[in-house]
Amino acid sequence: MIKWLEENTPKLVLAPSFIAVLIFVYGFIAWTAWVSLTRSRLLPKYEIEGFIQYERLFASPRWETAFGNLFVFGTLFIVIAMVLGLALAILLDQNIRTEGAIRTIYLYPMALSMIVTGTAWKWILNPGLGLEAMVRGWGFENFTFDWLVDPDKAIYTIVLAAIWQSSGFVMALFLAGLRSVDGEIIKAAQVDGIPTWRVYTAIIIPAMAPIFLSAFIVLSHLAVKSFDLVIALTGGGPGYATDLPATYMYAMAFSRGDIGQAASSAMIMMLVVFSIVVPYLYSELRSKDG
Amino acid sequence: MVDLSLAQTPHQAEGRTGRLILRWMLYILLLLFALFYLLPLFVMLTTSLKSLEEIRTGDLIALPRDVTFAAWRTAWSEACTGIQCEGVRPFFWNSVLIAIPAVVISTLLGAMNGYVVAQWNFRGANLFFSLMLFGCFIPFQVVLLPMARVLGLIGMAGTIPGLIFVHVIYGLGFTTLFFRNYYVSIPSELTKAAKVDGAGFFRIFWSIFLPLSLPIIVVTVIWQFTQIWNDFLFGVSFSQAGTQPVTVALNNIVNSTTGIKAYNVDMAAAIIAGLPTLLVYVIAGKYFVRGLTAGSVKG
Amino acid sequence: MNTYVTGAVSALSMIVATSALAEPTAEVLHYWTSGGEAKSVAVLQKEFADKGGSWTDMPVAGGGGDAAMTALRARVLSGNAPTAVQLKGPAIQEWYEEGVLADISSVAEANDWETVLPASIAGHMKCEGTWCAAPVNVHRVDWIWANAEVLNANGIEMPTTWDEFNAAADKLQEAGIIPLAHGGQAWQDATIFEAVALGILGPDGYRKAFVELDNETLTSDAMIAVFDQMRTLRGYVDSNFSGRDWNLATSMVMNGEAAFQIMGDWAKGEFMAAGKVPGEDFLCASAPGEGFLYNVDSFAMFDVDGDDKKAGQELLAELVVGQNFQKVFNLNKGSIPARTDVALDEFDDCARLSADDMQASSDSDALLPSYAHGMALRGAQAGAITDVVTAHFNSDMSSADAVQMLADGIANSM
Repeated sequence: MIKWLEENTPKLVLAPSFIAVLIFVYGFIAWTAWVSLTRSRLLPKYEIEGFIQYERLFASPRWETAFGNLFVFGTLFIVIAMVLGLALAILLDQNIRTEGAIRTIYLYPMALSMIVTGTAWKWILNPGLGLEAMVRGWGFENFTFDWLVDPDKAIYTIVLAAIWQSSGFVMALFLAGLRSVDGEIIKAAQVDGIPTWRVYTAIIIPAMAPIFLSAFIVLSHLAVKSFDLVIALTGGGPGYATDLPATYMYAMAFSRGDIGQAASSAMIMMLVVFSIVVPYLYSELRSKDG
Repeated sequence: MVDLSLAQTPHQAEGRTGRLILRWMLYILLLLFALFYLLPLFVMLTTSLKSLEEIRTGDLIALPRDVTFAAWRTAWSEACTGIQCEGVRPFFWNSVLIAIPAVVISTLLGAMNGYVVAQWNFRGANLFFSLMLFGCFIPFQVVLLPMARVLGLIGMAGTIPGLIFVHVIYGLGFTTLFFRNYYVSIPSELTKAAKVDGAGFFRIFWSIFLPLSLPIIVVTVIWQFTQIWNDFLFGVSFSQAGTQPVTVALNNIVNSTTGIKAYNVDMAAAIIAGLPTLLVYVIAGKYFVRGLTAGSVKG
Repeated sequence: MNTYVTGAVSALSMIVATSALAEPTAEVLHYWTSGGEAKSVAVLQKEFADKGGSWTDMPVAGGGGDAAMTALRARVLSGNAPTAVQLKGPAIQEWYEEGVLADISSVAEANDWETVLPASIAGHMKCEGTWCAAPVNVHRVDWIWANAEVLNANGIEMPTTWDEFNAAADKLQEAGIIPLAHGGQAWQDATIFEAVALGILGPDGYRKAFVELDNETLTSDAMIAVFDQMRTLRGYVDSNFSGRDWNLATSMVMNGEAAFQIMGDWAKGEFMAAGKVPGEDFLCASAPGEGFLYNVDSFAMFDVDGDDKKAGQELLAELVVGQNFQKVFNLNKGSIPARTDVALDEFDDCARLSADDMQASSDSDALLPSYAHGMALRGAQAGAITDVVTAHFNSDMSSADAVQMLADGIANSM
């Protein structure tokens, strides 16, 4: 008995978490999948009706906008945040005297919820109250910065605020990466007279491949889940030009009383996540076991 | 550390002035970005210190002419949420009561899980880890309704323990990930040697792994604390009168639908609500970057 | 000695008649969190406390009740429903069908709600013949508010047709004044839309389109004309309107920056709070056309356990529809009482106009539920209409396309 206990301690330790995840993640996903096949409205119902909710979803112009926005927003957000994060990390890695302070300034947006900073952003981006009005007040009458109220450009303000929030974190990841690259190799390269930019492109950046992957995963997870951001900044507007799948789902489930529809949109979101995470997991676990 | 000044390029002839200009440009660039990141906080802070009259007439980024802390006092103890006019104070303590236990429990469980997955490889450990990791990505809106049902069944609906429970469950994915990636970089020979010496599972964890874990504990605690403190969705769904966290109170104050909008009180309430996480980042930010270096991203 | 006796007596009474003497308690979930609204709720709380009840406040602001409805759903699913909830329109019947509402017929009958409430409003409070909600007020949605001074200075009368409105707006625009103050949020777009639709389609057309969802009316030429007028109105709005809160639009009218606002009578509360006088500083008139669109706030009681809570529900229902509360609350809120036997002496001219129009519309069968404020349709259908309205208003979509999208959207929401 004691021996058995000793041998199985690791499994026993994992068991509670394992059960919790099975129920509260996978059980709930299964529940959502089930509900997405029903005609649930205000509260969940359990009679299966087929793929009606998915048909409705794909016939909805609003979902089309939301889903399209996910790709525009997601791509811009991830690419810009990564490039900016890497650039800032490299700049900050040049023996900057006030590094600690600057790093904290770059990092702090991650600490605040968009519910908190959204109000300030809304002000700054509002043409009548914020930047535009201010610059015009300085005498530049033709200065325009009205993305927030332009249905075609409002999504870029969401991108801007999202980058503001997360790029500092990405910078921290890359900075950590830069510090862990083997200094000997770099010194050797420099002694050989290789120009600095070549040192970065040929040695340092390739060595940080795993960090690119981590940053990509963290950012795409933020992109898919982005919700507070939209609610605080535009409320999905103008019209529904800045809707994202997460806000679409929330609107259907809670303000429209259309839970079946919400469940089907959630399943599509989960599919997107799945297509990002599974390749990552595959590479991550293979390299470790290999 | 890469240092440009060490670079012995053949073009050294371009000389010191060139490098000095570069250096200046570097600092200016860094400063400009710092301004970009600081702008919203600056607007919030100055606005919270102005009177309503000054906000109406003044510039967005102008410094307050007469600094007044009246808005802060109102936000903390007088602002109305519904018919209760006690400011954010009672809700602030709810948040503390929710966040601290949830952070401690989820970090501890994450450490144990990470330790097992990284060091006690058995069949299925990787599967467990994959399942766990995927759980990080589940959109929280999805779990609201079934979770509400479960909380009702186990009698924790609307209570602070209920909220702690929810935060622990959905924090496990990330905490396990952090610790697993950190412990994976510790040579497994260490565990093997300890086992030969007769140390058991918990003994090894307690006296070998935990003492090594400070950097990653800092990272995990910061991450979890930020997530839980800033949560609105769970807070609004799984609370009842008396257990609402500070983010819900903030939302109630800011989202007034009528009346004169007291921007200064809104901003002060927002800063108060964000202060704990802000402090954690400012104080522990250094360890955060250090902790990331120490392992969480190496994996 | 004294305390001993009291203690003994109360202990005795607990044993004898727990249910009759249970102290009424109520946890009230609502989204009236600001200014005049919160003051109005405080009135109710005080009355409740005076009658020996204990009130627990559960405010959840935001999104016109979205956040509150999120909380409600979670609470009901967890079997921990609040005692009373601010709920309105067909949502009441939807919740009733889920089997979670309590029956308050005994209170309604004892207080004769049937005769003191207008029939169409009483209809919203009933679920399959039983009373399941208590009305608080009647908001009129189809109002036009105007800055009196601006109209005077430009020689403009309050418009009575949409053509007159357009002519006045053109004139104002030339004079450099924003004709229409508007906030670009979906529900505000919908508020304007239904006022225009009522004017152009007429009461019967409105009912066919937005209560019965009659496809022929929805795709008619008149509906195209409604969207055309929306496009015209879009031209009268300043370029910075997106996302603006409705009360900020109201203050634009107040300070003369803009001339008109089309908004429900909660806007009046803003004017009054700023010390403006109706008829002198600002003018109110029903939006062009016949009819009356109402938005009735109400409380629904959820099925809960415990005699104290049940006693609380009964007390609350009785107080809410009581004469005193109906008067005080609506004086604060800008709306008019739901019951027709409350003296309106203390109310302003706009409120009295509203009460007269309600009576007249009720007689001529033109008293209609507001779709934009969730009185006419269930969430999914109302939402589908709003999606089209706001997409049309915020883009250069043609009216014909909008009408097609409207029909498709409604079909898809079923």
